[in-house]
Amino acid sequence: MTSYLQDYITVAVFAAAGFLLVAAAVGLSALLRPRNPSATKSQTYECGIDPVGSGFSQTHVRYYIFALLFLIFDVEAVFIFPWAVRLESLGGFALVEMAIFIAILLAGLVYAIRKGVLQWES
Amino acid sequence: MSAILDNFWWLLAIKVLVVALFIPGFSLVLIFAELKLSAHMQSRIGPYFAGGRWGWAQPLADGLKFMQKEDLVPADADRPVFKVAPMIVLMGTLAVFVIVPFSPKLIVSDLDLGVFYALAAGSIGTVGVLMAGWSSANKYSLMGGLRAAAQLIAYELPLVLAVVGVVIAAGTMSMGGIVAAQAEPWFHIGTFGVRLPYLLQGQVVGFAIFMIASLAELSRIPFDMPIAESELVMGYLTEYSGIRFTMFFLGEYAGMFSMAAIAATLFLGGYYLPGLPIASNAMYVLGPLVLIGKVLVLVFLMIWMRWTFPRLREDQLQSLAWRWLIPLALVNIMATATFKVVF
Repeated sequence: MTSYLQDYITVAVFAAAGFLLVAAAVGLSALLRPRNPSATKSQTYECGIDPVGSGFSQTHVRYYIFALLFLIFDVEAVFIFPWAVRLESLGGFALVEMAIFIAILLAGLVYAIRKGVLQWES
Repeated sequence: MSAILDNFWWLLAIKVLVVALFIPGFSLVLIFAELKLSAHMQSRIGPYFAGGRWGWAQPLADGLKFMQKEDLVPADADRPVFKVAPMIVLMGTLAVFVIVPFSPKLIVSDLDLGVFYALAAGSIGTVGVLMAGWSSANKYSLMGGLRAAAQLIAYELPLVLAVVGVVIAAGTMSMGGIVAAQAEPWFHIGTFGVRLPYLLQGQVVGFAIFMIASLAELSRIPFDMPIAESELVMGYLTEYSGIRFTMFFLGEYAGMFSMAAIAATLFLGGYYLPGLPIASNAMYVLGPLVLIGKVLVLVFLMIWMRWTFPRLREDQLQSLAWRWLIPLALVNIMATATFKVVF
């Protein structure tokens, strides 16, 4: 068995162990807890009054823009890591390249901020 | 004995068992530490009776009580998603421990992608939180879940980018390799090699960003907008009770442990203490103790901050991440890289 395969097996076994731990906790609790459902108990909580409208309500679009911004920078991070590991052997050329890459992305962030993405009140 | 330790499967089983039993146990210790420290910091009484002296059994009693509580699912909720969400949060947190090195040998697996794996596995929790917020069919939960998702992804970036400085300095992403790199002499005075953790090798900014971002990733004060109890009841946890609530709760403290352990490994030298020989047998006993000591210091810092600072407003915490921490982390990367290439 190669060490490459062993890494994957280890992670898989550990994930399975995590699942077992969680399942054991839920199973044990199922043996101990009472079960008396009633209509009032399973009502949506809204500070004691009857809930108004649906719980799956509309939300602010702003969160969607944050997700977009995040995607750009997360991909950037994926590119930066391999570069960071090999930097010593790549030398000055890679440094300049990465400086340009980061500068372009920073310009994008500045643009988004100037456009008012972080502004919560108009 | 050595035949067992050489067999891959036996060794794996032992490691998984040790780590999987240790994490929940240590999380209970952290919960107890939080109860006691918060009591002292705010001049309250805190746990006092359970188990006799110091009320040491309080977290155990709480856990047992939660186990016996009815498992309520709201009628309108998306049942399967609602039930699975806490499991995903807890499992994602546990998965991070695969790469935490407790000693040169006691690491479940020293992956080449170590740091990267930790950050990837750690962010699975975001999905669970969003699932919890959405599936509860509750307005508070939904707002809390969305706030949490926006906050977790905003602070994920500074967290990831702060680590890059260490990766550049060490030239590897393996956690064991990063500890070994910190055990190498940084420079020599005569024949005396000066060995320093990365925090003292110029990663001060990286460490500060990492700690701030990890507080936000754990949704702890001053970044607890997602569960701001004065406006959102309990955020995405509003509809949860019993064992499922416990899982979120345990996940938070296991998360504190994993974040502190990763920070200690990356910035404070992990299981290595300058002066100790890294290759000796003594490391197998001392290593875990040294790491736990460093973890406790960092956890104390987190608890201290929680009981000291007021909460940041939603737009303030977004602007802190995007306007300050991310650009600062990028500057830190370029500075570290320039230093590495030039010298």
